[in-house]
Amino acid sequence: MNKIPNRRAICQTLLKHAATDKSIFALCSDSRGSASMSPFFERLPEQSVETGIAEQNLVSIAAGLAACGKKPYAFSPACFLAARSYEQAKVDCAYSGTNVKLIGISGGVSYGALGMSHHSAQDIAAMAALPNMRVYLPSDRFQTEKLIEALLQDEKPAYVRVGRNPVEDIYSEGACPFQLDKAAWLRGKGEAVRAAIIACGEMVRPALEAAEALAEAGISASVLDMYCVKPLDREAVLEAAGLADIVVAVEEHGPFGGLGSMVAQVVGECCPKRVKCLSLPDAPVITGTSAEVFEHYGLTGRGIAKTVKELLG
Amino acid sequence: MLSWDLRQDALDIIMAGGSGHIGGDMSVLNALLALYKNHLRITPETTHDPDRDRFVLSKGHAMEAYYAVLCHQGFLDLEDVKARFNKCGSPYIGHPNNKLPGIEMNSGSLGHGLPVCVGMALAGKRDGRKYRVYTILGDGELAEGSVWEGAMAAGHYKLDNLCAVIDRNGLQISGSTEGVMGHEPLGARWESLGWHVLEVNGDSIAELDGAFSQAKSLKGKPTAIISRTTKGFGSPLMEGRAEWHHRLPTAEEYEAIKKDFQKGKEAAARE
Repeated sequence: MNKIPNRRAICQTLLKHAATDKSIFALCSDSRGSASMSPFFERLPEQSVETGIAEQNLVSIAAGLAACGKKPYAFSPACFLAARSYEQAKVDCAYSGTNVKLIGISGGVSYGALGMSHHSAQDIAAMAALPNMRVYLPSDRFQTEKLIEALLQDEKPAYVRVGRNPVEDIYSEGACPFQLDKAAWLRGKGEAVRAAIIACGEMVRPALEAAEALAEAGISASVLDMYCVKPLDREAVLEAAGLADIVVAVEEHGPFGGLGSMVAQVVGECCPKRVKCLSLPDAPVITGTSAEVFEHYGLTGRGIAKTVKELLG
Repeated sequence: MLSWDLRQDALDIIMAGGSGHIGGDMSVLNALLALYKNHLRITPETTHDPDRDRFVLSKGHAMEAYYAVLCHQGFLDLEDVKARFNKCGSPYIGHPNNKLPGIEMNSGSLGHGLPVCVGMALAGKRDGRKYRVYTILGDGELAEGSVWEGAMAAGHYKLDNLCAVIDRNGLQISGSTEGVMGHEPLGARWESLGWHVLEVNGDSIAELDGAFSQAKSLKGKPTAIISRTTKGFGSPLMEGRAEWHHRLPTAEEYEAIKKDFQKGKEAAARE
């Protein structure tokens, strides 16, 4: 089992480049430990900025740095970054067009029993609603590294959400096909299947497990890793939907405005077909670890497979 | 003298576009003019020079005064601004638009300029560059908590390349600032966060010039200039009256205000 959380993969990737590219900056709001960014702050203090517990300031300062040619990566728990500093993301990053990369750590229900204040189940919807803001939820450490490598090459704002805990690898060293803003096919590309499962972030692993379980039961399913929620890879969505009887979107997010909504929008517009959105509820989630929460709401391989079977009758 | 011409330009821009924040335009115009004319090291030719001074208008609604100054300094064309301000598809909107030459950041929502300038000033410090960073805030804006997050960080990082002007006209849309949400003792608040504080009569360009010059020599801390001004300055019709926050003058009022500006210019010429 992999022990490296995606947040640490971000730190390692940034450190690899920041030693030579002095324009790379990291900003934390008393969050360097939870962001796994302490090594960066220790090794590159001149490229590190602590703002204290002040998420609005974190994002505005990052925008000011970007306006002066820096490549700032602003880290804060996703629950605060996408809510407390939403207007700064809107005005200072998206609207002013500054090269700020917002890194929402401990996203979704990573914080488990800490409650709704610490869950970010609206961040995809909020950030995706901003013109000029991109939204990414990488599925494992290898894809996270590829994503950060790609984001280092551009000068536009983006929001990246990662979870707190290590997640099982989807890809492997040297075998992580990646093209920015193109979904990764994990199963069933080009095949006619009963169900197309489209997932992002930590839901990609259970989506794969569901497809495997369904295959054992004689039900074919394709799996698409849609780490690029915005801009959504419409082409891949339509390819998957066109070859399937039903489409299932899976996300660690509330039911509105996230991956499921976007997939349904595209499928409804261009390739009408039944779309089921599996997500967290429009309510505070039950108390528990993230694994327990996923289990409760059917966001596991078994739960997703069960839903697919029910839908197919 | 020049400031009176620019007051007239701002008024004409407002009349051409059919709206504007005339009261705050008139209180902040002197600070904008002093800054651009005598202190800010930026020209239309150096808008991308990494060593240019930076300016962010945090009270972005005072855009018509800013247009007048940017036009005078050669960044924009006054006739073009007047012809297209607020018009469908125009880049000349009611708040700063950084698609226009010389404007660094978009603003409009209050409480953003100072924290952004903290980032700019930090970048300058870390790069060892000599540029200075300026922002102008409204006094009503000071109720935004993000202002104080930025002020705290500027003090913490000892950003002596940063200068914030507070356009202390004492009025906001609902009435007196002290009635809406008090800010006094204002200087002490900034000092407590690690700032040098200078207080001037901001209706006097000479006093503002003196403060901007002094701020450049103050080391170890950022400087806040509390610029005590008159909202609607330049016309008794508007001065000190909150209802002129964003009122559009009638044709008669326009003529009266124009006459007042003319009188102001003549008085300045006699001095």
